[in-house]
Amino acid sequence: MLDFVQQTISGVAVGCVYGLIALGFVLIYKATEVVNFAQGELMMLGAFLSFTFISSLGLNYWLGFAACVVCTAVLGMVMERLVVRPILGYPQFSIVMATIGLGMVLRALAGMFWGTDDLRIETPFSKGVVRMGPLVIAADSLSIIVATALLCVILYAFFRFTRMGVAMQAVSQNMLAAYYMGIPVKRMFAAIWAISAMVATTAGILLAPITFIHANLGFLGLKAFPAAVLGGFTSIPGALAGGVIIGVVETLSGFYLPEGFKDIAAYVVLLAVLLLRPQGLFGGAALKKV
Amino acid sequence: MAFKIRTGYEGDLGLFKTPQSIASYAALLLILCAAPFLVGSYFLSQIVFVLIYTIVGIGLVLLSGYAGQTSIGHAAFLAIGAYIAANAAKFGVPIYIYLPAAGLLTGLVGWLVGLPALRLHGIYLAIATFAFALIVEEILARWETVTHGNEGLMVKPAALFGKPLGEWGLYYLCILVTVFVVVIAVNVIRSPTGRAFLALRDSETAARSMGVDSARYKTFAFALSAGMTGLAGVLYAHKLSFISPEMFTLALSIEFVMIIIIGGIASLRGAALGAVFMIMVDPLLVLVKDKLPVAIGALTGSAAAQDKASVLLATPGVKSLIFGLIIIFFIIYEPMGLDGRWMKMKTWFRQFPFYRPATFRRQKMYLKSERGR
Amino acid sequence: MTYFALDNVSIQFGGLKAVDGVSFDVAKGEIFTIIGPNGAGKTTLFNLISRLYNVTGGKIVFKDEEITQLNAQQIAGRGIARTFQNIELFDNASVLQNLLVGRHRHSTTKFWEDLFFLPKVQREEVAHRQAVEEVMDFLRLQRYRDTLIAGLPYGVRKVVEVGRALSIGPEVLLLDEPSSGLNVEETSRMAEWILEINRRLGITILMVEHDMSLVSRVSDRVLALNYGRIMATGTAQEVQSHPDVVAAYLGA
Repeated sequence: MLDFVQQTISGVAVGCVYGLIALGFVLIYKATEVVNFAQGELMMLGAFLSFTFISSLGLNYWLGFAACVVCTAVLGMVMERLVVRPILGYPQFSIVMATIGLGMVLRALAGMFWGTDDLRIETPFSKGVVRMGPLVIAADSLSIIVATALLCVILYAFFRFTRMGVAMQAVSQNMLAAYYMGIPVKRMFAAIWAISAMVATTAGILLAPITFIHANLGFLGLKAFPAAVLGGFTSIPGALAGGVIIGVVETLSGFYLPEGFKDIAAYVVLLAVLLLRPQGLFGGAALKKV
Repeated sequence: MAFKIRTGYEGDLGLFKTPQSIASYAALLLILCAAPFLVGSYFLSQIVFVLIYTIVGIGLVLLSGYAGQTSIGHAAFLAIGAYIAANAAKFGVPIYIYLPAAGLLTGLVGWLVGLPALRLHGIYLAIATFAFALIVEEILARWETVTHGNEGLMVKPAALFGKPLGEWGLYYLCILVTVFVVVIAVNVIRSPTGRAFLALRDSETAARSMGVDSARYKTFAFALSAGMTGLAGVLYAHKLSFISPEMFTLALSIEFVMIIIIGGIASLRGAALGAVFMIMVDPLLVLVKDKLPVAIGALTGSAAAQDKASVLLATPGVKSLIFGLIIIFFIIYEPMGLDGRWMKMKTWFRQFPFYRPATFRRQKMYLKSERGR
Repeated sequence: MTYFALDNVSIQFGGLKAVDGVSFDVAKGEIFTIIGPNGAGKTTLFNLISRLYNVTGGKIVFKDEEITQLNAQQIAGRGIARTFQNIELFDNASVLQNLLVGRHRHSTTKFWEDLFFLPKVQREEVAHRQAVEEVMDFLRLQRYRDTLIAGLPYGVRKVVEVGRALSIGPEVLLLDEPSSGLNVEETSRMAEWILEINRRLGITILMVEHDMSLVSRVSDRVLALNYGRIMATGTAQEVQSHPDVVAAYLGA
């Protein structure tokens, strides 16, 4: 029983990371109907940048964290401007492939600049464990869970209460109407990509102590798809819930099921969701108005 | 200039639209058949890969270009065809039996994949197909009795009437299969099925209201595409003589999609052009890796720069980088692909000096939401 | 025999009753128009008939057969065709190809026959083209035969939309706002075509329209809808002077 709870908690931690990446997907999709297949690579870049700032340049952890977030926000905006803006309005297929291509480029560049060895960073949580009764939780895992919860609250407040947040919601629902209302739609796009990149970076830096930093971190991003689909691609809390569920399912499969199931558990869940309830747990089905 | 003069509807429906195109394709076929006598083994090998990629490309053109269904998991179908071939050859089954069988079986799997795809559109379909491909990859690695898992499987040479099919034999077989696949594709396009595909791609609602059974046609599109890729898989297995699950990764699926992005998503000729492009990348990359650092060294006069360049170019990720850049470049700057560029050039010559780039400029549509299609 | 009738049809979206207990019948060969302010549920009604939405109550009968549960492609097979308010043509295909899709219900070839383009397929294709040419002649679309829809002006697209519906060879034609976006001449031409389709081809027409002059010119009977409920039925004159209808359009 104890094992079960232990595994579940580490599943929740991993799931929070998936959830954060899925959150990035959902944010961009809601605003622009583009699914950013390069989200995982953004996370990886965030992690690599943290290595540069924290380990190579020796900055304080929190300062380095902040610096990474700012850098990737800028990077997100640049990516949006260079790659996505020219192809808005193209069929979904083209945009999907373009973001896949972007992901490939980012991964290759990361390999070129930072090399192919695993890298590590020192964090304030690295050595700690937290004991709650008989449970032992790594401080790293706890930090992920706490940070995710915090981000959730911040983003909720942002979209609900700030002008920019409300404007973004408007853009996501009807671009043309938003233009007419004077909302600078293109700037909104840039902003949403920036926010998405910041969320991905946070996930990456928090994950770094657990999985170490390497160019294939981006593949974790692939696991975030089942999370986003499970949550319903249009729901922010859904993305996080989906991520946590996938994380728990995956960790438990790894523990209780034979070898190999852990890798595909997430995708089996994905296919099951797509077959049984394509709109996910929280998404709404949309009928085309003709 | 080619003029199309029609005296009956049959002309519109023919395989070849103009007498000139009959001549040019006949010439192409002749050159291909004569190739073994003219070029060496390495080049012949490359042509075989081009033909295999063309077959897969045509399958994707029909599925994505015509029926509008995204699939980034076609490596799975290639794998299924390849493993069927490997196992059948192991038991000495002649190739003329397992080649069509592989096509039909893979087509059946494709049809099964198409069933859940009925309820999915656009992005969800893309995700589902790559999830499917990842699961197949895992199954291939685990199902040791059939696939030997990660150790891989040796593929015996194809047997025709008891004699093994040599290098030339495989080459001509590839040509045969490619021609077959092309003819089938052209037939589909000019038939009611092809029109139904087009209708499904552009407006499923309207298609259904016109009496097109979207479920049947979508699953058929998947089956057809998968079947063609299965045939290519058989040829692939025999060409490489050794297959293992690591060869059929997501990266390969993306390479296949690149064929149609480069070639032009709804163009059969584009599939061939895209295949040629993709196969040429490897030798070109080798050339660049050798020559570019030297050129940089010569230009800057610094040996350090040359060394740095060769180290950078030697990283394993370079191919991904090139592919990623190619994808982005073609999507932004050549949305109609190489076939589009070919048509634009033909039009330029025909309309000289009245050519207007705006003829091909596409309308950007921000309003058409894909949600709730 | 009931030719075409709706019996207490309703559809509910969450708490909103878009169509609430609508019943009417249409005689064979009639031109029946549905009018009403925007949001009254007219297009929703059409979507229910062509089965793009599911009814939550009531039934639809065509030639004594209940068609409420058929799916969209079967409706076309029964001979009920429709046009769409926001043109739903196949943008990347030519006018010819769009019209040929309409011939789908008359196709008898199977998949594998198509794959090998057997002579049977070729014969049917030629027959389809001949049928479609007649529609093109009728609507004077000949010069746009091979043009892609993406390159056509709005007025022509509206006509192609009607042509595609006609290619089905329907008995009942549902026209959703055929004159919206058309100027005076185009509307006048559309009115003539509607009359010809009805008289020469014997097709029953169900129409949603806003343009009152067009409505008075072509309709046999009119139905006024508001908030999903019927306000009035009768001839165009009767309905237009009905106090409820006047109130709905002009405000009480």
